[in-house]
Amino acid sequence: MVQPLGYLKESASQTAGPYVHIGLTPNFSGIDGVYESDLGAIMVTDKTLGRRITITGRVLDGTGTPLKDALLEIWQADAAGLYNSPSELRGSADPNFSGWGRSATDGVTGEYRFETIKPGRVPFKDGRLMAPHISVWIVARGINLGLNTRLYFGDEEAANAEDPVLARIEHRVRVPTLVAMADGDTYRFDIHLQGDKETVFFDI
Amino acid sequence: MTDLSNRKPETGAFFSRDRLWHPPGLTPGYKTSVLRSPQKALLSLDGTVSEITGPVFGHSILGELDNDLIHNFAKSGESAIGERIIVHGRVLDERARPVAGALLEFWQANAGGRYRHKKESYLAPLDPNFGGCGRTITDADGYYAFRTIKPGPYPWPNGVNDWRPAHIHFSVFGHGFAQRLITQMYFEGDPMIWKCPIVQTIPDKAAIEQLVAALDWGNTIPMDARAYKFDIVLRGRRSTLFENRMEGN
Repeated sequence: MVQPLGYLKESASQTAGPYVHIGLTPNFSGIDGVYESDLGAIMVTDKTLGRRITITGRVLDGTGTPLKDALLEIWQADAAGLYNSPSELRGSADPNFSGWGRSATDGVTGEYRFETIKPGRVPFKDGRLMAPHISVWIVARGINLGLNTRLYFGDEEAANAEDPVLARIEHRVRVPTLVAMADGDTYRFDIHLQGDKETVFFDI
Repeated sequence: MTDLSNRKPETGAFFSRDRLWHPPGLTPGYKTSVLRSPQKALLSLDGTVSEITGPVFGHSILGELDNDLIHNFAKSGESAIGERIIVHGRVLDERARPVAGALLEFWQANAGGRYRHKKESYLAPLDPNFGGCGRTITDADGYYAFRTIKPGPYPWPNGVNDWRPAHIHFSVFGHGFAQRLITQMYFEGDPMIWKCPIVQTIPDKAAIEQLVAALDWGNTIPMDARAYKFDIVLRGRRSTLFENRMEGN
C-alpha cells in the first residue's frame, strides 16, 4: 500500500459542436441583446502599443474544404514580449492589450480574422528567445479535443531559424505549416487539419 | 480555509494531458471527425511562458442576467418554457484546488431540443423567450451557479437515427491557455447518454460518468427549480519549487 496521490482527472473534452457560436460569439450568430458584444472580438484600441497587423485564413479539412463552423482563439504577448497575465513575472504588460482574441470562421467563406498587434519575443524555458509567435486554439464540430498550434511570422526568418520550438520539428518540410505568409501588415495563416500540408499541432 | 499558496503567482507548467482519457481525434462513429482529425503525431511541448499564462476575465464583464437563461433573452415579464433548473458546482484542478476567476460560458438547446441557429433544421419550435447562451465567473472557492431550463434531446444527422441526450455545452478558461477546455454536461438517469456517438468518443466509462451531473435534492428550491451539481476539473499545475528556470524567465 502507498499513500494515495489524491489527484482528480481532468474533465474529458467533448466537441464544441455545430452551434459553438451560440455560446461563444452569440452576437455573431444573430443572438442579440444578451451580451453587449462578443468577447475577444476587439483586441486593439487607440492606446494599444505596437504595430497593427491583421491575421486571416481558413481551417481546411482533409478534402481541402474550409470549415464554416469553426472557432479560433489566439493568445499572444504584447509588443514588448510580455503576457497580460498574473503568471507573467517578468514585468507588467501593456494595460491596453489583453493579448487574447476570439474569431468565428465566416459562414460563407470560412475565413477567420484577427486585428491585433505584432507580439514581441518571449523566452523559452532555458532563457533563449523564441521567435515572435501567437498561440492558436481551434474548436469545431468534429474536433473532439481543441487543437493547439502556433503562428510564426514569415518576415522573421532570422528569429524563426533560431526558435527552439521550431527547431524540434523533426520533419523540416512541416515547419512552413506554422509560418504565416506576410503581405504588408496582413498575415495569411491557413490551418490544414489533414493531408500533406497538415499543420503541426502541439500537445502542450 | 485560506489557501495561502493560491496567493503566489502560478508559474508551474501543467500536468501533461492524459490523451487516453480524452476522446481521440479520429472516432468514425462520429462521422464528422473523420475528415477533421489530425493524422500526424502531435509535437509535445512542456509549457513555456506562452502556454502557462492566460487571460483574466473580471466580474465587470458580466451582466445581471448573464447566468439566468430563463430570463436573459425573454421579453420583460416573461420567461423561457421548460423544466426550471439550477446548475451549480465547482471548477477544480487536478490537485483538487479550486480554480477562482474561471470564466464559464454555456450554450444549449431549448426545452424542445431546438437551437436558436440559422443552420438548425429540426422541426421542433423555437421558444421566443429563450436564446440559449449564458456565462459566469467562479468565485474564490471555484464555485459557480446558473439558472436555466432543462434542454430537450434532439435528432442529428450522423447515423440514420441518432439522437443527442439532453446536454449543456461548457467552455472553460482556467489560469493558463493550456487549460482551455470545452466539454458537455449530461443529466443523471438519462438512458440516451449511452446511445450517443458523441458521448461514445470518450473511451473510458469513468470519464463519461464524470460528465453526468447529479440531481442535487439538497439544493433544490421548493416550488421553483431542481438543482443539478456539475463539477469541472481542469489540468493541474506543477509546484514551482524545483522547476529549473533560468534568469530572465
